[in-house]
Amino acid sequence: MTNFTLNGAAVSVDVPDGTSLLHALRGPLGLSGPRYGCGDEKCGSCMVLLDGVPTFACTLGVEAAGGKCVTTSEGLGDMAAPHPLQAAFLAEQAGQCGWCLSGILVSASALLAANPDPSEDEIRVALDPHLCRCGSHNRIIRAVRRAAQEMRA
Amino acid sequence: MSATSSSGFAHTTPVDPNKPKLPGSLNVNRRLSQWLRFSADGTVEVHPGKVEIGQGILTTLGQIAADELDVDFARIRMVAASTPASPDEGVTSGSLSTQDSGTAIRHAAADARRIFLSVTSQRTGVPIESLVVRDGAFIGPQGEVGSYWQLANADLLEVEASPEAKPKAIEARRQVGVSTPRIDLPEKVFGTGRYVHDMRLPGMLHARVIRPVARAATLMATPDAPEGAQVVRDGNFLAVLAPTEWQAEAVAARVTARAMWSVRDTLPEQAQHAEYLREAGARGERTGVLARDDAAPSVARTEKRSFFRPFLAHASIGTSCAVAQWNGDAVTIWSHTQGPYNLRADVSRTLRTTEDKVLIHHMEGAGCYGHNGADDVALEAALIARAVPGTPVRLLWSRAEELGWGPFSSAMLVDVEADVAADGTLVAWRSNIISNGHSGRPGRSPIPTLLAASQLEDAFPVVPSINPPMAGGGGAPRNGIPYYRIPKLDVQTTRLLEMPIRSSALRGLGATLNVWSIESVLDELAEAAGEDPVAYRLRHLEDPRARAVLQKAADMCGWATRTKREGWGLGIAFARYKNTGAYAAIAAEIEAKERVFCRRLWVAGDAGEIVNPDGVVNQFEGGAIHGASVALLEQVTFDRRNITSDNWDGYRVLRFTEVPAVETAMLNHPEAPFLGSGEASMAPTIAAIAAAIHDALGIRPHALPFTPENLA
Repeated sequence: MTNFTLNGAAVSVDVPDGTSLLHALRGPLGLSGPRYGCGDEKCGSCMVLLDGVPTFACTLGVEAAGGKCVTTSEGLGDMAAPHPLQAAFLAEQAGQCGWCLSGILVSASALLAANPDPSEDEIRVALDPHLCRCGSHNRIIRAVRRAAQEMRA
Repeated sequence: MSATSSSGFAHTTPVDPNKPKLPGSLNVNRRLSQWLRFSADGTVEVHPGKVEIGQGILTTLGQIAADELDVDFARIRMVAASTPASPDEGVTSGSLSTQDSGTAIRHAAADARRIFLSVTSQRTGVPIESLVVRDGAFIGPQGEVGSYWQLANADLLEVEASPEAKPKAIEARRQVGVSTPRIDLPEKVFGTGRYVHDMRLPGMLHARVIRPVARAATLMATPDAPEGAQVVRDGNFLAVLAPTEWQAEAVAARVTARAMWSVRDTLPEQAQHAEYLREAGARGERTGVLARDDAAPSVARTEKRSFFRPFLAHASIGTSCAVAQWNGDAVTIWSHTQGPYNLRADVSRTLRTTEDKVLIHHMEGAGCYGHNGADDVALEAALIARAVPGTPVRLLWSRAEELGWGPFSSAMLVDVEADVAADGTLVAWRSNIISNGHSGRPGRSPIPTLLAASQLEDAFPVVPSINPPMAGGGGAPRNGIPYYRIPKLDVQTTRLLEMPIRSSALRGLGATLNVWSIESVLDELAEAAGEDPVAYRLRHLEDPRARAVLQKAADMCGWATRTKREGWGLGIAFARYKNTGAYAAIAAEIEAKERVFCRRLWVAGDAGEIVNPDGVVNQFEGGAIHGASVALLEQVTFDRRNITSDNWDGYRVLRFTEVPAVETAMLNHPEAPFLGSGEASMAPTIAAIAAAIHDALGIRPHALPFTPENLA
């Protein structure tokens, strides 16, 4: 049994040791934001925040989350109360297939928490662990800048 | 994403030749109720046969319906395609969805509007000419006299569309041509389950396939399953089933370690891949694509060049997935296929059942850029689920399967000879485009083409992939005919009749090689003639729309006033996709360091009438970045047994720090037909980068990708 805080709520999950955090989140915890892309820390589809730090959920054993705070894209905001990043991604239409967005959103939120006014190059470096195959990169960068501006205002 | 890919010929439903031709896919799916269903609650369902593959098509088609019906966009409910109820629109491919489906929906909506107004007029006595539609309400001189919603249950759409239906005049359009937010994006931004991968059905089991260690392999014995799991085997098709994903993966790893395969070497030597294509081409099927022999000035000089590109992978960020459930002798499959009816045809053939026993429901997957593993995984899910009747089974491919076992875009080689007159004018163009076929899509031949079909105990043979006919854009020779004025042409193509590596449609098909080869030779000829590359193209281009996009791209990048910078280069290229689709001219700026980086792209496009301007820009931008990735990084690698580029280190695609800035301008032609937008920008981007490399380094690339090894 592993206990942690998931998007602000206490949860406990009973899966065998060594089960990835991603499987726990998508399986018994019922989330769909974090996604499988490679299982190899190369694409960022599974990215979540572990105590605020972007972390690949595909290779991390669920027990490593014990006692910590896990944040997924669902934890950033929802349709009724979107996170400024989510609002900015919609305003910029920053996406096509959308597969990469959950991971990118949590990495971008960690970036903005640490650096409220990142340059374009800093955004690119922060998002480099993430692959986007549809070519929405420039829109995504614009959306992060827009969110940063709105969060500073 | 995404965009689409492939070939126009498609639907599996027969057409009655005695009936009048109707616009777009309406011709094959003539009943209005197949497309539109009004509800008394004030909404209208639109049922396209085309599917969302990340390109935003549902939003585009919804705009067309809303505009033509004169209802608010918020009243539109786009319904994902499924068999047997949805219109059969073949495959969502070839940048044809707005043409095929948009044209059909526009006419179906115009006809529905006509019928509803006519019935209202008859019932109320208000002349039809005095009725206007305002957000679905029918307004006469004395006020509202009816609505779509009031007549929703009157079965008015249970008729065939009339060829007389007249869509609105261009100036009356209100929603088409206005950027409209994508209806699918909110769920993707909030992480709500929208993909087939997110389906969770009661009692659902999870499956994984065990792939052989070689393309040609025979399974010697069936490994055991541990307690609580199940092994499913049919010939060389081997899979495991377990209650959870992690158990399925653990069991798959255990079974993989225990499976004994007898294997053979069947793949060519990658180091001599171009030579292999030439040798296999000599045994292949050579056909003429286009010959022309007009009067021309005498030939002063001939240039001969060859261009090569390796196999390319779709490399979608999400892996292929399907859910299948048997109920008696029928199976229901939830799939991110591009063609529900085509998939149904091949699944039923493989299962040796009839099409009515196979139900396909489309659900979205990750970005789709052509014929990827979506159809294969759907059949595999059905095969595995057959072992547990009544129980839903979710099958997910691994990254290694996605990059190693989906269909690839064929490696290609083209030999070109160009004759020029003394003043540098192009006189003749001869080429031979050598490649495997670019379509192995399901549903188009009596022998199923899905991956598992050839692995079963009672196996179907592997048939080498074909090329769609030139009328549908062609496959290997797509864009192989230069769009420039050339009096003498002899374009040929050679299709390989052996297929050691499975090939099918990927964004642009043969255009990714052909456009680059044509544009590269044109640059050389311009240089030899001492002419500016843009001016040289313009004097060989007659189509004013082609000239306009080329000029636009030149203006955007400051072509006329460009200055030379050490280590930097600027190149420009043009193509009209399929020579019948959208126009794109691209300027590329590169920086040559330890390898080549593309820093900026300027994209000028003309996609005819534009429905969702921001959506079209998104497609053109995405296609250009895809092209830059192909130009600089992408190649499938293999040894004599199997694909070796089956992870993201082995198959590199552009990352955020490597992606160029893109500026896009679309030239709108509301009076012109839809031309599609998903594929037009990709091939000319590759060509523009090649030209920029020459500008920076003095080297003309002749093999993709443009890596230091290939440029040396």
